[in-house]
Amino acid sequence: MTQKSARIGVDIGGTFTDIALDLDGTLYTGKVLTNYSQPEQAILDGIELVCHRAGIKVTEVTTVIHGTTLVTNSLIERRGARTAFITSEGFRDVVEMRTENRFEQYDLNLTLPTPLVKRTDRYTLNERISASGEVLTDIDPTELNALVKTILAEGYEAVAVGFIHSYANDVNEVQVQKAFAEAAPELCVSISSHVSPQMREFQRFNTVIANAYVRPQVSDYLGRLVKRLTEMGITCPVFMMHSAGGLISVDTASEFPVRLLESGPAGGAIFAAKFAASYGEDQVLSFDMGGTTAKICLIEDGRPKTANTFEVARTYRFAKGSGMPLSTPVVEMVEIGAGGGSIAHVDDMKQIRVGPKSAASEPGPACYQRGGEDPTVTDANLLLGRLDPDLFAGGEIPLSVDMAGAAMSTKVASKANLDKEQAAFGVTEVVDENMANAARVHTVENGKEIGNFTMIAFGGGAPLHACRLCEKLDMDYLVIPPGAGVGSAIGFLNAPFSYEATKGMYQRLNNFDPIRINQLLADLREEASAFVKRGAGSIDTTTRVQAFMRYTGQGGEIAIDIDYKEYVAADVDVFRQEFEAGYYKLFGRTIDGLGIEITNWSITVASKVQASAPMTLRRSGQQVAVTKTREFFDAALRKVVTANEVHRNTLKPGDAVAGPAVIVEDETSTVVTTGYTVVAQDDKSMLLVNKKTMETL
Amino acid sequence: MKLSNVDYQIMWNRLVAVVEEQATTLIRTAFSTSVREAGDLSAGVFDCRGRMIAQAVTGTPGHVNAMAESVPHFINEIGMDNICEGDVYLTNDPWKGTGHLHDFTMVSPAFHEGNHVGFFAATAHVVDIGGRGYGPDANEVYEEGLLVPIMKFIHAGDVNKDLVNIIRNNVREQDQVIGDLYSLAACNAAGDARLMDMMKEFNLAELETLSDFIIDNSRAATLSRIKDLPDGAYHNDMTVDGYESSVEMKVSLTISGDTLLADFAGTSGPSKFGVNVPMVYTRAYACYGLKCAIAPDIPNNTGSLKPFDVTAPEGCILNAPHPAPVSVRHVLGHFVPDVVLGALHKCIPGVSPAEGASALWNILLSARPLDPSSGLPPSEIMMFNSGGMGARATLDGLSATAFPSGVSTMSAEATEHVGPITIWQKDLLVGSGGSGEFRGGLGQTIVISANEGYELYFNAMFDRIKFPARGREGGKNGGAGSLVLDDGTVLNGKGRQHIPAGRKLILELPGGGGYGDPKKRSPELVRADLEAGYITLEQAVNDYGLTN
Repeated sequence: MTQKSARIGVDIGGTFTDIALDLDGTLYTGKVLTNYSQPEQAILDGIELVCHRAGIKVTEVTTVIHGTTLVTNSLIERRGARTAFITSEGFRDVVEMRTENRFEQYDLNLTLPTPLVKRTDRYTLNERISASGEVLTDIDPTELNALVKTILAEGYEAVAVGFIHSYANDVNEVQVQKAFAEAAPELCVSISSHVSPQMREFQRFNTVIANAYVRPQVSDYLGRLVKRLTEMGITCPVFMMHSAGGLISVDTASEFPVRLLESGPAGGAIFAAKFAASYGEDQVLSFDMGGTTAKICLIEDGRPKTANTFEVARTYRFAKGSGMPLSTPVVEMVEIGAGGGSIAHVDDMKQIRVGPKSAASEPGPACYQRGGEDPTVTDANLLLGRLDPDLFAGGEIPLSVDMAGAAMSTKVASKANLDKEQAAFGVTEVVDENMANAARVHTVENGKEIGNFTMIAFGGGAPLHACRLCEKLDMDYLVIPPGAGVGSAIGFLNAPFSYEATKGMYQRLNNFDPIRINQLLADLREEASAFVKRGAGSIDTTTRVQAFMRYTGQGGEIAIDIDYKEYVAADVDVFRQEFEAGYYKLFGRTIDGLGIEITNWSITVASKVQASAPMTLRRSGQQVAVTKTREFFDAALRKVVTANEVHRNTLKPGDAVAGPAVIVEDETSTVVTTGYTVVAQDDKSMLLVNKKTMETL
Repeated sequence: MKLSNVDYQIMWNRLVAVVEEQATTLIRTAFSTSVREAGDLSAGVFDCRGRMIAQAVTGTPGHVNAMAESVPHFINEIGMDNICEGDVYLTNDPWKGTGHLHDFTMVSPAFHEGNHVGFFAATAHVVDIGGRGYGPDANEVYEEGLLVPIMKFIHAGDVNKDLVNIIRNNVREQDQVIGDLYSLAACNAAGDARLMDMMKEFNLAELETLSDFIIDNSRAATLSRIKDLPDGAYHNDMTVDGYESSVEMKVSLTISGDTLLADFAGTSGPSKFGVNVPMVYTRAYACYGLKCAIAPDIPNNTGSLKPFDVTAPEGCILNAPHPAPVSVRHVLGHFVPDVVLGALHKCIPGVSPAEGASALWNILLSARPLDPSSGLPPSEIMMFNSGGMGARATLDGLSATAFPSGVSTMSAEATEHVGPITIWQKDLLVGSGGSGEFRGGLGQTIVISANEGYELYFNAMFDRIKFPARGREGGKNGGAGSLVLDDGTVLNGKGRQHIPAGRKLILELPGGGGYGDPKKRSPELVRADLEAGYITLEQAVNDYGLTN
């Protein structure tokens, strides 16, 4: 018997732990309930489940790839270690003063999120580095030793160190780390110049604190996981998915757990990116809608858009600024409080509002009959005929149209002077409008026209809403891939080994210094390669370099891709040209007479992944005979239409069903509006095509 | 397609998204630090009658309402029959725009299938407008820079090159200023494109029916909130530092049925310096303060703003006529919400916070080489900083947080890359929050010096040095502000001053007032505040009565 490749992806989410097994190219998937007290138990159960389905022994598993929301939850629920923070004298309150603004202008009773480390646990040292990296004030060893003693005496479980301008020179932070290593080698000490060497103290300090705060817990958990797997006979390598959409070793993850924060959603983006690459679609918008939130990500040239900062643990209606901004590489997503469980109400202007409050899974929407009394998006979908009451969650949760109707009547229809159906339509239309607006703003911010994008939709709620979103956004093509319910776990299986090393180094182009740049790039590449090697060994890699540049005087940078090579003085023109081209692409113009500067640098070293087999999308197909119909409310037509109903399993490649149609499957249903036709693809995806576009093909 | 109630609601949501996109476009492309970093801008869509239908939620309430009032001025002065497709108009008239020369308001008519259907307007703070530069020292608006009256920036697609040339020759940082004017025009165009998509989608020929729907609904909701308030006349006054002499700000709030009038009669006369406030700006902040307390959830439009009637006698410092200097009108303007909220407290106790630091402590630093022949470049560095907010009836005040302005501060590290300065300290000022059952927010300490080879000049525009924020319902006053050099030299709160090489500037920003009797604060909270260093031992003992 030849040796099999049996790779497993496991995604621990808020409600379910999803598992995907790729056995020599065949996919087996499963879902088990997340076990909060022993998260690793759900993984072990899930692995047994999918191995059983695939007919292999667990000992035959060759790789386990893991992503989890547990790190994020630990930050949101404040369940991390008791952490001390050491910073430069004069800057004790950076993480408390935040940006000095209110993220909601009209709320007089606004509260701001409290820092992870309270003031009494924040210590200062008299030291100072200048903006250019020069040491202005050396650490006094006596003061340092006294501080180390104080912190050890207090019995902290973790220590974070963040000094002003340490991204430019780590000498003082390293000195503190060494002092602890000598005095208490077992104590976890995280320093900002290693965790997140980027300019901007608020984000960098938050990042090093978050890292220290979750580190003992994550490292315990990963240790336990590897041990339990070994006990089960699974001795293959285990890797972790990181927020930027790549894999790192368990050791690296234990040292820099802040890099795991968005690992689940990153898996979803990789999942969508694989389809995008396979179809050769170079402008894709991924849309992932679950019970509480919807996430949107841009995927260009088969690569999810990444960023170096993001905000975790938003505390106020998902409002920008209400969370904890971190500087760590991440797949860039827009998240809004819109999901199946989002609750609808009517405000004082008699207008319907939806979310961000969610009925979640307990008590759930009114139609679940579990005590939920508020009308939700799922209730509205049920009332509009878009959900089959007997087929929800494979028939496991019978839905009550009466309960949904009662909630909609009392809480929305009567207050907004609408009939029940109009109210339900209003609820779905408002939530679709909210998601469409968020998607449009996101593309505008990136200087793109959304109508040119193809949407790839996954997650439980997306197939119900995606087609309407495409109508609103003038998008002609929508892909609903197979396995969309466990998309993130499948995505893990397609991720490369990768590590992004970043560093703040400020340089104006009129003081272009190729020697410093070459040195920095070489250092960053070595750092990133070492981490990749830890996971993947010596394999073929690619190197991507980004310089974060702006006009002098501007506040925000744009990421400019540059080659990895030795630069010489004359290359200043290359930087200028690349910046101007990038600026033009985003903003439609360049500005003469202004200086250009570089603030941060990033190098990503990634293993080469097997290219997805190219596949040509079938943009039209042969209409199949339909025997069953049902009625649903078509939002664009503002009326009930008689729709074709087809089970997804019965569709063969090239089959087409003209909208209005509902394509049902165990986990969800895809609504095809009157304006679209669905075409089954060779890889079991479905492509929804705008009928008008189809006519012009 | 006959439009239903739900359709009108969706279009209302869409218009809000349209103006958000308009604002996003401006923030992305603007040069002005205060636009980009601080959200010092405004963007909105108007109907043909000049009524504002929707406005983006941005950082500065001072532009709210002020810009809402500007479009009727444009309609009057340009003339309805002179409005062509492809036109763009502008002004920075402080009395017809948003209160000082640094703010340009750009208005673009929107045309649908050849018919004029409405307007887009946007306001942004530009980097420079000539004159003395951004500061309070002028005695007339003429010294404060170039005033561009309402006129066409673009006529039927043709840019007014003479105007561009005049502006270019009258301002510093020409490229950035002209660039920002084009950004304003471009953001209106972005909004316009999205509006046209919407009109096509819903098959609209005009906007008036939709604007009636939005404005009538908003107006009705606002009036009903006002009607819920107890009728009566409520008075308040507050004294602040001003420039050459202290300023008394007085308001009478009269509520009768669904009408509300805030009248600033009795307020001090004008200043010789640029702290005067045009009426439009006073109205904007009075309205903002009242709206936060009465109708925070109702979107800004002509319907929700009009019910707040605000007046001040002409010639008082809050209704300063042309040619009064008005460059730093934000200082007194930022105190207007404290004044009206104090009056409202007498009408509905428990809603208004105690007074806060309120006026931003913005610093514009000019770094100059000691030796002009050294080749070291000069540099201008802008910082936004905030003191403490007043305590609320059930919550402590927010420390070092802007209110009523909504601006953000910049990273100290990023600021040090802008110019040759070192920020030695920027952290909370112990003991600056007014004692109370609920404690006022803390101010902050900032210490700055020039790097080697440089000296600094700066325009002070700081207040609450002589008159700190007052507490409410037995709460104590917040800490007063101060500015000194590290050799003990005391500096003035207003006007241009010098920081010699080697000296450090020490700013102590005011704290917010406390709310309620400090003796009622739980001893555990007092002890925790003391341990964390939010309050001093003296406050713990004397104000809070901590005994052990």
